[in-house]
Amino acid sequence: MLLIRCPWCGPRDEIEFRYGGQAGLTYPADAEALSDEAWADYLFMRDNPKGPFHERWMHTAGCRRWFNAVRDTSTYRFLATYRIGEAPPG
Amino acid sequence: MSGRRLPEGGNRIDRTRPIRFTFDGNEYEGFDGDTLASALLASGVDVVCVSPILGRPRGVMSAGEEEPSAFVEVREPWFEPVVAATMVELVDGLVARGRPGVGVLPTDPPPTKPAIHRHSHVETLVIGSGPAGSAAAVDAADRGVRVLLIDRGPDVLEDDAIRSLRRTTALGLYDDGFAVLHQRGPEHDTLWHVRAGRVILATGAHERPIAFADNDRPGVMLAGAVARYVRDFGVLPGERIVMFTTNDSTNEHMGMLMDAPASVVSVDAREGGFVVGVDGSPAITAVRLARPGGQTRTVEPIDLVAVSGGWNPAIQLARAMGVGLRFDERLATYVPDGTGPDWLEIVGAAAGEGLPDAIPLWSVPADDLSRHFVDLQRDQTVKDVLDAVKGGLRSVEHVKRATYIGTAIDQGRTSGTLTAEIVNTALGWELGAQGPTNARPPYVPVPFSVLAGLDRGPLLLDPVRTTPMHEAHVERNAVFENVGQWKRPRFLPLEGEDLDEAVTRECLAVRESAGALDASTLGKIEVVGPDAGVFLDRMYTNRMSNLPVGSIRYGLMLGLDGMVFDDGVAMRLAEDRYLITTTTGGAAPVVDRFEEWLQTEWPDLRVYCTSVTEQWAVVAVAGPDARDVVEEIGTDVDLSATSFPWMTWREGTVAGVPCRICRVSFTGELSYELHVSAWHGLHVWNAVLDEGAVPYGTEAMHLLRAEKGYIIVGQETDGTVTPDDLGMGWIVNPSKGDFVGKRSLVRVDTIRSDRKQLVGLLPQDGDLLMAEGTQVVAEADPGPPPVPVLGHVTSSYRSPTLGRTFALALLTGGRKLRGATVYTPGRTGPISLRVVDPIFYDEEDKRRDG
Repeated sequence: MLLIRCPWCGPRDEIEFRYGGQAGLTYPADAEALSDEAWADYLFMRDNPKGPFHERWMHTAGCRRWFNAVRDTSTYRFLATYRIGEAPPG
Repeated sequence: MSGRRLPEGGNRIDRTRPIRFTFDGNEYEGFDGDTLASALLASGVDVVCVSPILGRPRGVMSAGEEEPSAFVEVREPWFEPVVAATMVELVDGLVARGRPGVGVLPTDPPPTKPAIHRHSHVETLVIGSGPAGSAAAVDAADRGVRVLLIDRGPDVLEDDAIRSLRRTTALGLYDDGFAVLHQRGPEHDTLWHVRAGRVILATGAHERPIAFADNDRPGVMLAGAVARYVRDFGVLPGERIVMFTTNDSTNEHMGMLMDAPASVVSVDAREGGFVVGVDGSPAITAVRLARPGGQTRTVEPIDLVAVSGGWNPAIQLARAMGVGLRFDERLATYVPDGTGPDWLEIVGAAAGEGLPDAIPLWSVPADDLSRHFVDLQRDQTVKDVLDAVKGGLRSVEHVKRATYIGTAIDQGRTSGTLTAEIVNTALGWELGAQGPTNARPPYVPVPFSVLAGLDRGPLLLDPVRTTPMHEAHVERNAVFENVGQWKRPRFLPLEGEDLDEAVTRECLAVRESAGALDASTLGKIEVVGPDAGVFLDRMYTNRMSNLPVGSIRYGLMLGLDGMVFDDGVAMRLAEDRYLITTTTGGAAPVVDRFEEWLQTEWPDLRVYCTSVTEQWAVVAVAGPDARDVVEEIGTDVDLSATSFPWMTWREGTVAGVPCRICRVSFTGELSYELHVSAWHGLHVWNAVLDEGAVPYGTEAMHLLRAEKGYIIVGQETDGTVTPDDLGMGWIVNPSKGDFVGKRSLVRVDTIRSDRKQLVGLLPQDGDLLMAEGTQVVAEADPGPPPVPVLGHVTSSYRSPTLGRTFALALLTGGRKLRGATVYTPGRTGPISLRVVDPIFYDEEDKRRDG
């Protein structure tokens, strides 16, 4: 079980959290202006890197806040967690 | 074999405390400190069990958790279906019997040992209290670190600065220093959940055997185990011993065994000596020896072959955490390669330190390898491994799955390295080309009763949620159904009624007089703030911002993919305050998604969401007499249709308690939903029933709503259904601005005209009830497969109001099929179904105002 550092609550067990997929995908300001292809790209396509990955987590059984994380997908290790609005470290 | 207790020695046993036990129906005596295995050896018991597949006699081979041979079922004092005799500590009254390596659970289960769960956070966890583990623990404690030291055996280092647990086995290591430990106690077991900043693995090493003919016979043992039985238990397993070795670890045993006294013949593979096989059954009587190219000679009488093929670091726990292996040619085995998580350190023999150099010898060459056993518990031989390789398998992981080697209780602790190197050799690959298969937690078998801990019986892991009216339902003999975690009355039968009779009565009550439904499980969320209306406009397909205070509006929510996600109503309580309802199952997902959008996309919106599902009890009173019922229980709200119209709410008192009354209906009848504090739920429910409303359950509710063509999210929808598919395009307001899912509604795929659409179906035989999920086809005789399927039935009921059966279905291009006949294959031929609009009752909505 991963030990995840919530930027608000500190280190907590993984079962308190929910995974939220890739971070940094912004809902389009004008979704209707997008082509089907561009919309499908936003809707369905996600990066799947081996190594550091920017992703979203939510502390569902804690403060219920969403936050961002950088995690190495090959080791599961969290390299950083940070609050919404903060720049990723490094 | 002629095992016996020596008159002296045995540093683990207490000869002043004899212990009586029963094995296979016979009574024996051992000493406090014995294991069942040592006591059986001391009593001269050779055969502990027979093997599970071949039925061959098996005795004790090891002195620990690596035991692949001697398995027993323990009946008393606590039941264990199958466990290695080497792992059973002797206690008074122990009753056990031999059990082939597969346990059998009794149909009438005996009581299991109680177990509790505990949690602990430590700076350093040391697993194994041998020399290396104890030294590491002391070293850490000297530096002021909080240490937890565990050992699977009865001995553990005791030190004031160290917390230590004996009889405690690490079942598994997990990410970030999380460990699960099983502590065995006399009265109860404890399952520890430990989070450690650092884990030091000092689990030692396991001796490996060498395969030769009939090497599974009782009397063939690991050399180190033989020495342990003499030293720790004062038990000499055999008098006339052949010591077959590849390494120096056996040197120190020779003198001790000769002093015992026993005669010992050394057969050293480094000098070209081999044991090619043993004779005798069940126990061995003679040994056949050979030198390469030389004659075989038989040595007898012999009652014990002590084997040492070298030593394997016990690092199964670490491998599950990604620690890699490298082949060490001097040790002829695999050692950790230094990779792995930074919180994990491996020390001592587990790291390969202090192990004796050995020559690689996995199997003694022979023409017939069908009795050279590799995995005793799975009854698999060198021939079985070679057959798998001949069959085309190259990876040991595949060989494992073909032969099941390494999948038994011992997880291949004695067979893993042998199998890997036999495969490598057979393929002509170099030693160490591929290592042994991976072992996974639990490291040793753990009873489910320990994993369950105190969560037994009705205290299940998943909570049961009941409404404030639950006890009234129980008193009425309600038959409950699980809706998520909720218990909801499915129907409430009177004496002697079955499901159909009860549902018919309940439905007719709603259609003809008045019924009452406990709707408390509806999800309820308060959405509050100056931007609440703007926010809800983005979440629902229709506009909520222009909803007047005092009014209610039905709404659909979509996923970003345009598919129906949830439905419910929104009530505007004040300019800046809405109460929305969700489906019972949607309560948590909806509040989750609200928070997600508010936090991650629109943090500028001033909106708060609060789940109030459990704060409100809801009684839905439905039927032509609903107004009378609510008036009779007493209310200060004017219930007339003109002053309290459809889709509005009013606040007042009902039955003497504060109430929010909502004019919404899921049945088509005049309805009042009474929202009261959860504390008053039972009171209002009883009041309504006292005035003659008939309680109805979810089954009647489903039937009544289906007659009206109202959908249930999750029944008519399955995540692939758009509002238009449901014929609910009217609720999508494209002119109000963007909302979640809007863009997807104009994707090429979502505007196809041949999508599945919601229709009604009337079986030609009005008495025939289709099963939900029934596949529907276009032709009475669809011909040979593959048969194109039009769609499927989503809801199907027998309507007492219509006097016939009816169904809802999703059919390809369904709306164009109106009036057509479609079919479903029946047991006695095709069943004809007429396609109709999905509304069967009161199409003009004349009944909702009473």
